Amino acid sequence: MKYSSLKKIRLSFAIVFFVIVCVLFLDFRHIIPEGFFGIFLWLQFVPSVIKYIGAGEAAALGFIAILILTFLTGRSYCSFLCPLGIMQDIISRAGGKIKKRFRRFGFKKSHTILRYAILVLTVIITLTGGVYILSLLDPYSIFGRFMTYFIRPVVIAVNNFIAGILQHFDIYTLADTRIPSFKAVVYIIPALFLLLTGIMSLIKGRLYCNTVCPVGTFLGLISKVSIFRMRIDNVKCSKCGRCAIACKSSCIDFLNMEIDNSRCVDCFNCIGTCPDHAMSFGFKLPQQREVPVDEKKRRFAISSLLLFFGISQRIFAQERNAPMPNKASTVKENKTSPVSPPGSTSIENFTSKCTACSLCISACPNNVLIPSFTEYGIAGIMQPHMDYHKGFCAYECVRCLEICPTGALLTLLPESKKLTQLGRAVFIKENCIVQTERTACGACAESCPTKAVHMIPFPGNLTIPSTTDDICIGCGHCEYACPVMPYKAIFVNGNPVHAAAKKPENIQTDLKHEDFPF
Amino acid sequence: MKRRDFIRKSTGAGIAAGVAISFGGYDRLWGKQPSSTPYDIVAVMGGSPEAMFDLGIQELGGMGAFVKKGQKVLVKPNIGWDRTPEFAATTNPGLVKRIVEHCLKAGAKEVYVFDHTIDNWTNCYKNSGIEKAAKDAGAKVVPGNSESYYQEISIPEARILKKAKIHQLLLEADVFINVPVLKNHDSTTMTCCLKNMMGVVWDRGFWHRNNLHQCIADYGLFNKKPALNIIDCYNVMTKNGPQGVSKEDVANLASQIITTDWVAGDAAAARMLKLEPSAVDYIKIAYNMGIGNMNLDSLNIRRIKM
Repeated sequence: MKYSSLKKIRLSFAIVFFVIVCVLFLDFRHIIPEGFFGIFLWLQFVPSVIKYIGAGEAAALGFIAILILTFLTGRSYCSFLCPLGIMQDIISRAGGKIKKRFRRFGFKKSHTILRYAILVLTVIITLTGGVYILSLLDPYSIFGRFMTYFIRPVVIAVNNFIAGILQHFDIYTLADTRIPSFKAVVYIIPALFLLLTGIMSLIKGRLYCNTVCPVGTFLGLISKVSIFRMRIDNVKCSKCGRCAIACKSSCIDFLNMEIDNSRCVDCFNCIGTCPDHAMSFGFKLPQQREVPVDEKKRRFAISSLLLFFGISQRIFAQERNAPMPNKASTVKENKTSPVSPPGSTSIENFTSKCTACSLCISACPNNVLIPSFTEYGIAGIMQPHMDYHKGFCAYECVRCLEICPTGALLTLLPESKKLTQLGRAVFIKENCIVQTERTACGACAESCPTKAVHMIPFPGNLTIPSTTDDICIGCGHCEYACPVMPYKAIFVNGNPVHAAAKKPENIQTDLKHEDFPF
Repeated sequence: MKRRDFIRKSTGAGIAAGVAISFGGYDRLWGKQPSSTPYDIVAVMGGSPEAMFDLGIQELGGMGAFVKKGQKVLVKPNIGWDRTPEFAATTNPGLVKRIVEHCLKAGAKEVYVFDHTIDNWTNCYKNSGIEKAAKDAGAKVVPGNSESYYQEISIPEARILKKAKIHQLLLEADVFINVPVLKNHDSTTMTCCLKNMMGVVWDRGFWHRNNLHQCIADYGLFNKKPALNIIDCYNVMTKNGPQGVSKEDVANLASQIITTDWVAGDAAAARMLKLEPSAVDYIKIAYNMGIGNMNLDSLNIRRIKM
């Protein structure tokens, strides 16, 4: 197959960009500086829209750039900048290696009603009900979840395997790293979409992008009137149909000399296959074409979608409540509110902006961010919350806030983050070792960075924890450190709206020795 | 145990022991300390951590008295917290650097540095300044963050901590040098030599759940004892320990205590915090179990003021 120069440009750009985005998600040693994330992710369409609307950040104008780009060149975003699109291209290519017919596409009519129904539904639900359907369908977030839940664990496992071998040769450059594990239920959504996009792209090229993806459909509306586009020179064309067969979007109707530009993703594969040199990417004014609307079909599409989500909710609902081991502690932690990540300002704000791309989950050096199941309600599924049984929020760390592409987490300076109260520590004396065993412990107090949890005298030359609410920042280190199982003796109850914590007061020590005290 | 198993195991043990003896350092097999030193404790005051160490180790016959040519050395500082050196939550990086230099000068084949940190290990290694200091001096800085690095050992005479998983480098090293930083501690009153061993075990939670003081003392019975304990009392966290809230917690005591007896070291260090050694439960327990001597009056102490 001949490669046109445009295709070469597309391929090299997409490969480089794809690798970079993958690395951002796979950087389990947390080496990449926070600033790099924004540089490569600010053009991601949905996160940028949410950041712009939600946070009013002028810097979040990436989506305007994409709109302009689409108006000029059509859906090049889908082939150059969408990691899910590039991933599907790779799968499709692999499909062609398995069976040639997977790579022989041919013109198909678009699933007009379904794709617009999904777009309209997504927009309506997002504007009225919340961000959850958009999160589910946003291609960047879908890709982020693949990387976080499926690829990253494999990469860490490979790292650990190699680290284990190197260790025998006294080389410790690779460190054995814990593979984060989550509740089985959170893998369902990423797995479903992996199957959906995987199978569709394997055998049908860009069918997912042109049927399900709301971003693809939306950009398709603009690309209908784009200035530069693929066109067929009807003088040169011998109607051999090779272009249509090569078209991953199945959008070239060579018999009628028409290209459905709302589906064309600017992959430029057709250019190289044309023996007549009749395909070119150039300037052309759009042709208007009426799309007939079939009300019945539309209604069917909407109701089947609702059914799909309804059924999936039922499935998830049955898989909760893993049994807890029955051991020492008896009093259950009475958590009335989950803890939302720092910079989210409130649960309401956070859940209305997070698309669950899981980048923060990948980037958290302490593995404290965990995808939710029902913590924020079923609509907040996959959005991260702070699980202090799994980790704690490091005092100095602001990595998640710095990299969040949607602005669901707003940037805070480390100094302000240290004074932001995500929740408050609650001590359960009945579960505490000092109370039950009458032996020393203090794991919670030694972990507390502000001494909101500190030890006070207790009978028997012992000390027992006590909490000071106003200097507690809810970092959860106490809860994480508490050695009691299954219920902790200290836990953080989330603040639905983050509060301001006081700065801990401290006085200068006066300990001095003129001579050896022994 | 079946007879066959017994034969197999004892043959294995015999070969292992023979190999160990033929490769030298066999006194470790009997849990013996390296050759006796001129003083029980050397205490230095009034200099930089590096200068105090240079002087102190000289009084004990130089590092060559503890590290022989071609040996593997483990230097175990306290790197537990993601704090910068001025908080004194972690061992002074300059001191770690100087110790590594002395070890290599004495002919050590390799010097390892690690800690099982409480905060995120990469941040602790970096922000404590210890990773860079140790690497600059030529040490190998090794992670201690994963259970795969830990091997189970048993301490038969222990009251509670009869088994523990400890870092393989501690088992592999020919010489183990303990470099704690003296700090106030919320629940154990103070932390120093013996408590620094919570950074070589995997499951600290067990210690916290099962009589912390007794477990700290129990560990002292494990036969791989430190050849040297070098206690950093240069900057000392006097309250809000072991993590500290701010620099107000830190007193510049500009001191250092070097000893082969870690109970004696903890006892002397307790006095630096104006505590009676017997007031710290784990010191008292360790002394009663015969792990070391907390009676400072009966010890031969060399005191140097710079």
